Amino acid sequence: MTNEEKLRTAFMSTFNVDSEVIKDELKYREIPQWDSLAHMKLIAALEEAFDVMFETEQVLDMSSYAIAREILAKQHGIEF
Amino acid sequence: MYWMLEQFGNHHAVELPDGQMLSYAELAALADQAVATLGSGRKLCFLLVNNTIESLAVYLGCLRANHVALLLPENIDQALLALLQESYEPNATWQKSIGWVNRHSYPVPMHADLKLLLSTSGSTGSPKLVRLSANNLHSNAESIVEYLQLTANEKAITVLPMNYTYGLSVINSHLAAGATLLLTELTIIQREFWDFFTRANGTSLVGVPYTYSIYRRIGVFKRMHLPSLRYMTQAGGKLPADEVAEVATWCQEHQVRFYVMYGQTEATARMSYLPPEQTLIKNASVGIAIPGGRFAIEDDNHYELSSPGIDGELIYYGPNVSLGYAEKQSDLLVGDLNQGRLATGDLARYDCDGYVYITGRLKRFIKITGNRIGLDEIENRLKQIGLDAICGGKDDLLCVALVSGDVDQTSEILQREFKLHHSMIKVIAVESIPRNEAGKIRYEEVFKGMY
Repeated sequence: MTNEEKLRTAFMSTFNVDSEVIKDELKYREIPQWDSLAHMKLIAALEEAFDVMFETEQVLDMSSYAIAREILAKQHGIEF
Repeated sequence: MYWMLEQFGNHHAVELPDGQMLSYAELAALADQAVATLGSGRKLCFLLVNNTIESLAVYLGCLRANHVALLLPENIDQALLALLQESYEPNATWQKSIGWVNRHSYPVPMHADLKLLLSTSGSTGSPKLVRLSANNLHSNAESIVEYLQLTANEKAITVLPMNYTYGLSVINSHLAAGATLLLTELTIIQREFWDFFTRANGTSLVGVPYTYSIYRRIGVFKRMHLPSLRYMTQAGGKLPADEVAEVATWCQEHQVRFYVMYGQTEATARMSYLPPEQTLIKNASVGIAIPGGRFAIEDDNHYELSSPGIDGELIYYGPNVSLGYAEKQSDLLVGDLNQGRLATGDLARYDCDGYVYITGRLKRFIKITGNRIGLDEIENRLKQIGLDAICGGKDDLLCVALVSGDVDQTSEILQREFKLHHSMIKVIAVESIPRNEAGKIRYEEVFKGMY
């Protein structure tokens, strides 16, 4: 699985939504499935999938799919 | 009465994330304006609210004009809303994006003491509501002001939804104290929430057990610097004793008062609190009755137990005990059925200092992110849609054993109708449901090892 696929899979399985819902622009609370509860599940899923630990700032900043990718790439050296 | 907003005149009632401030006088004007189109006569109104100034104004407007409002979440399931509308036939419904929709103008027969309606869970597919009086709302708010020692200097930020009894009690008690609400739809996992809290010098944070696990994960008790924070409260389910101790230790080191509390919608909101100086000593206790209230623990024959260490049903007496339930419009005419006495359905015991410890539940329900979910209600709902299933579980985990029907589909139905995250539902398929000789379901056997 590529890292992009891993990222997409983590979003899809956390929110229990189809692939077409997951777009770069997808934002926190834009869909009912991405609430604060699911956000914490998403953080845990991403930490497990990429074997990383997010800091407070990263948890609070991860407000869209594109930003999640950017945080993983820039701050954790994950290549996309 | 906290809805007599004029008593605090020019003091700030509300501060919004964009920096806008509203005085109590301005809030009063806004509240009255929000219900002006309802005209004369007492109306039954459904309000679909969130933590915005528009929602606060319309809620207060209804209280001030003696209309009876039912507070519902803005994102309520449409099928549940339709069921409620059918059961209660309100005069009008309100939501921010649409405004008022008048449904009919016939007077709805309602008891003179009825002031507000709340749902016990906010999401279960039942039209069951709690009937609250003006005295219920007023006395509980005043009691909270007293034991939390709230003054007009407090600035409370909204963490929980306004339609949820705990979230509403934060609003009501701070209005009763003439304090300021930091009113926002932002949530604790957003940077902007914390920016607002810090910039506005917020003085308190509240939360259900799940909120506290988020607080911990995002570093509120480690990395965050919150110098204006003066107190925190926790209710809406049991926070494990070791987590209570962890939060209490941090709070003690940072001169923050930490209150563990206990309550139910049936008691307007609050029934007990654990005084902060006891939190580290009695970290498994829900504390003592709030000012104006009293607890009793009764055995199976309704005799009051007074010795410590013996389990019985926890009974609460106080002016905040609701008038009773409603399931349909005609119930709104009924008066006070509880007469100040509430059988909580929780099992409890005293310690030798008279502090209360909840040890179990008489009624079959679990709490999911602070919201009560009746297990029998879920079984009934599944039966309604043709699924033979039984439910068990613990707080934050609903377990369903399914005799007929599709496992994934059932999980999806529960997620949608009861607004549950899929990770909090476990559905298994079973051949049959084991029962004992008396015909009672053997839940332990079905859900062995699942929770």
